[in-house]
Parts: sequence; structure tokens; C-alpha cells
Amino acid sequence: MTASDRPEPLVKIRDLHFRFGARVIFDGADIDIQRGKITTIMGPSGTGKTTLLRMIGGQLRPDSGSVLVDGLEVPKLKTDELFALRKHMGMMFQTGALFTGLTIFENVAYPLREHTKLPEAMIRDLVLIKLQAVGLRGARNLMPAELSGGMARRVALARAVALDPMMIMYDEPFTGQDPITVGVIMQLIRHLNESLGITSIIVSHDVTEVSAISDYIYMISEGKVVDHGPPAELKQSRSDWVQQFLQALPDGPVPFQYPAPDYRADLLGDGG
Amino acid sequence: MDWLQSLGRTGLILFERLGRGHLFLLRVFGGMSDTVLRPSLLIAQMYSIGVLSFTIIAISGLNVGMVLGLQMYNTLVDFGAEDSLGQVVALSLVRELGPVVAALLFAGRAGSALTAEIGLMKATEQLSGMEMMAVDPIKRVVAPRFLAGMLSMPLLAAIFSAVGILGGFFVGVGLLGVDSGAFWSQMQANVDLREDIVNGVIKSFVFGFVATWIAVYEGYDTVPTTEGVSRSTTRTVVHSAFAILALDFVLTALMFGGI
Ligand SMILES: Nc1ncnc2c1ncn2[C@@H]1O[C@H](COP(=O)(O)OP(=O)(O)O)[C@@H](O)[C@H]1O
Ligand SMILES: [Mg+2]
Repeated sequence: MTASDRPEPLVKIRDLHFRFGARVIFDGADIDIQRGKITTIMGPSGTGKTTLLRMIGGQLRPDSGSVLVDGLEVPKLKTDELFALRKHMGMMFQTGALFTGLTIFENVAYPLREHTKLPEAMIRDLVLIKLQAVGLRGARNLMPAELSGGMARRVALARAVALDPMMIMYDEPFTGQDPITVGVIMQLIRHLNESLGITSIIVSHDVTEVSAISDYIYMISEGKVVDHGPPAELKQSRSDWVQQFLQALPDGPVPFQYPAPDYRADLLGDGG
Repeated sequence: MDWLQSLGRTGLILFERLGRGHLFLLRVFGGMSDTVLRPSLLIAQMYSIGVLSFTIIAISGLNVGMVLGLQMYNTLVDFGAEDSLGQVVALSLVRELGPVVAALLFAGRAGSALTAEIGLMKATEQLSGMEMMAVDPIKRVVAPRFLAGMLSMPLLAAIFSAVGILGGFFVGVGLLGVDSGAFWSQMQANVDLREDIVNGVIKSFVFGFVATWIAVYEGYDTVPTTEGVSRSTTRTVVHSAFAILALDFVLTALMFGGI
């Protein structure tokens, strides 16, 4: 495919710079998210993956650079324009972020009640359809505290798709889940993507799972994109850092040791 | 010079927080219209803030009123003025103890709960989640709680005073033998609607405003960790108590004069 017949990406990030106080999180990153594809952003914990999703959703503003979503410059949007855009974005938070005071049913119904004037009977049908899709129709009367972590994420997913968004952002969907749940969530992500054509952005550091379902992967480290490409190409990457990450090697460009003074001097010394 | 530096730094932090608190208040006022349009949000909060504080307010009011009746009787009886007991008990409660003690209890019972609830919603990303669903948490979460707190406080203070007067009556008339007719008629003759009751209501309204403001702000501004939420909750109670007592002096000076 040449550059010209490629469709315009849904999300287009250019020269992104961002810092928390003195700490640089992004230092000139360029990222494209193609429509209808599953794109994964990979990187070690604390590199700013969640931060990136928050910037795409307009909850944080970059210091400089541009974040275009569906042709709109997100950091420049006014509050009501931003809210209008967010109705077309779903986000599955790392913790699920379910409303602890509401039942599962009411959690999924929440965006519908807020943003539509549908009659109660239709809301009920829509919620049951979404819950059926994640296999939790029978759990509708439970409270979030009664769910396992994996079930909470599935409910969060049902809620994220309640308004039929054009894209969904998944924040570490596999982290801390048992293998069966991981399989279920992978299947759900793929299903939503294939059958509904929803653009998916996954943020993760789970190499195997991500390689299996992603169309395209970005590897980020220290605020920059280290390498990107389809999973198969990335395996051939010439970057030592990418190889260390993909093969889970304990030592390499990312040192095993946190920066420390000389070991011998440290043992013999008495201070510090 | 170190102390001067740290004084300056503390001052700056204080003023920055005050500034952010006021900006936050403006946003809450901006979000208030939605609450008015959806009374169900307000009613649910009036219940959890107001009604659930009722028991502690009523029990405390009764105790304070009984103690007041006992103490005042022992002083008044030396002057043969025990017939004024009703007036003294009622004025102490309506002007001072009702608004102040009820507000302190309110800060401890409802204020801390508000901070913890909003803080936990922040720490568990529920507020973020709401924002990402294109719902403004200031409108949906903060504004209804703020309005409910502000409206509940004068009602709770009134209940506190009313129950307190009954407590004073029980001790004074029931146990110590003050004349029942004198108790009520002295009270009726000497408690003024505008001077005493309206001023008391204004006080409790101001205390409710400040205590709820502190509570929702501390919750919304919390550091989103377990530790952060517990610190904010403590701060709500401590800061509310200070604010209530300091404002009480200012308001008393303005209302009942002498300064
Ligand atoms: N509100 C904040 N204030 C200051 N630093 C933050 C804040 N949120 C996150 N960080 C820091 O920014 C870095 C990136 O965070 P995050 O995007 O959550 O990383 P990731 O999701 O990749 O693990 C982390 O080191 C974190 O400590
Ligand atoms: Mg993260």
C-alpha cells in the first residue's frame, strides 16, 4: 500500500510533547490509528500509555503537538464540542471504573439515560443486548463489588459500547487476569472490531496476547516511538530495545539495575 | 531565615488552595441549574446527607438541652430566677449551640462521608469514567451534593434546637420543678423571630454552605490514592470545624453586636 491510497487515520498524533511537572512523558511522538483496525500501543509501565489515552480523550492537554481525532484538533475543542466527540468514543479503564453505587444494569444503562431520550423498554432491550454480548446478562442485578476483576472489565466493555462508538480505547485489558478471562476479553475485542468495524486502541504490555490480535503495534519508550509495524514485522525489528521487550529479557538496553553508585564502593562505604 | 521561607511557602500554598477552591465553587454554581432541572438527584442526596444525619443530631440535641437545663437551673436558682429557664435555654440553643454544634456534627457525619465518597470515586476512576462518557461530574456528582448539604444544614440545626428545648424542658420542668407555664411563656415573650431565630437560621445556612463546600472540594481535589482520600477526609473535619468556629465569632459580632 502506498501512502496515497491509505485512508485518513482516525487518530493522528504529531510531534506530541507532554510533561508532568519536570518529568518528560512524551518527547515528540507521532502515532496513527487506522480506521477499523486494532492498533496497540506497547511500552513498559509508567511510560505514559494511560496518559496518551487521556490526551486522545481530551482529559489532558499536550504541551505542544497535535492530536487529531476524526479530523478534530482535540486540545483546541470547547467543552461542549469535546463532550459531543466523547459520545463517539468508548473507554475501558484499567480498573473498570464502574459506578459502585449502581447495579450492573444501571451501569450499562447510564450513558443511554444521560444521552438519549429513549423509552424505558428500549433502554432495557439495549442494555440486555450489550450484556448478552459480554456474557453477563444474568448478572444484571449484581453490584460491582460482587464481580470478579474479569467480569468487571466485561461490564465496563458493555458500558463502553452502549452508545455504539466509532472507537474504543482499552487500558491494559489483560493485566492481572486469569488465562480464561484473557481469552474471553481477546475474543470480545476482536468480535467488536470485526463485526461492528469499531476502531480499537489497546494499551498493553502483554506481548503474546497483543501480537495475536493487533493489526499494528507501536512500541514507545521514554517519550518516543521506538518502532512500529504489524506484529510479524516488529518481531524482525533491529532495535535492541524492541527485542528485549518482545523476548522479555531481564537485561539489555533497559538495565536490570536501577541507577546506583558502584556496587563495591557501596558495600565498603558507610554512607548513603 | 528558614522560618521566613517556610512561612512564605506555606502562605503561597494556602492562597493557591483558596484560589482553586473558589474557582471550583464557581464551576459548582455553573452546574447547579442541572440539579434544579433533575430534582431526583437532589432528593437522593438530601436523603443521604440530611435524613441519615438526623439520629446523631437529635440525640446530641437532646443531651445538650438536658445539660443546659441542669446547668442554667443551678445558676438561676441562686437569684430566684429559675422561671427564666425556658428563655435562657431557648436563646442559647437558637442563637449559638443549635447552629454551631449541629454544624460541627454535620461536618463530622455528613461532611466526612461526602469527602470520602467523592474522593473514592476519583481514586477508582469513576469521575474520569464519567467525563469520558461525556458527563460532567461537577454537574452530576458535586452540585447535587452541594445543594443538598446547604439546604439540609438549617433544617438539622432547627431540629437540634427544637429537641434541645424539649430536653431542657424535661430536666427543668420534669425533674427540677420549674413551673411549666413560666418556662414556655418566658420563652415566648423573649425569643424574637427576627433577632434570634432568623439570625440563627442565617448562621446555620452559612455554616452549611462552608462545611459542604470544604467537603466536596476536598473530595474532588483529593490525591487519588487510599492515603490521599484518608487525608482529605481528616482535613474536611478539621478545616470545617475551624471555619465554623471562626465564622461563628464574626457572625455573632455582626448580628448581636457589641463590637
Ligand atoms: N496526575 C499525575 N501527576 C504527576 N505524574 C503523573 C500523573 N499521572 C501519571 N503520572 C506519572 O506519569 C507517568 C506515566 O503514567 P501513565 O500514563 O499512567 O503510565 P502507564 O499507563 O504507561 O503505566 C508515570 O510515571 C506516573 O507516575
Ligand atoms: Mg496505565
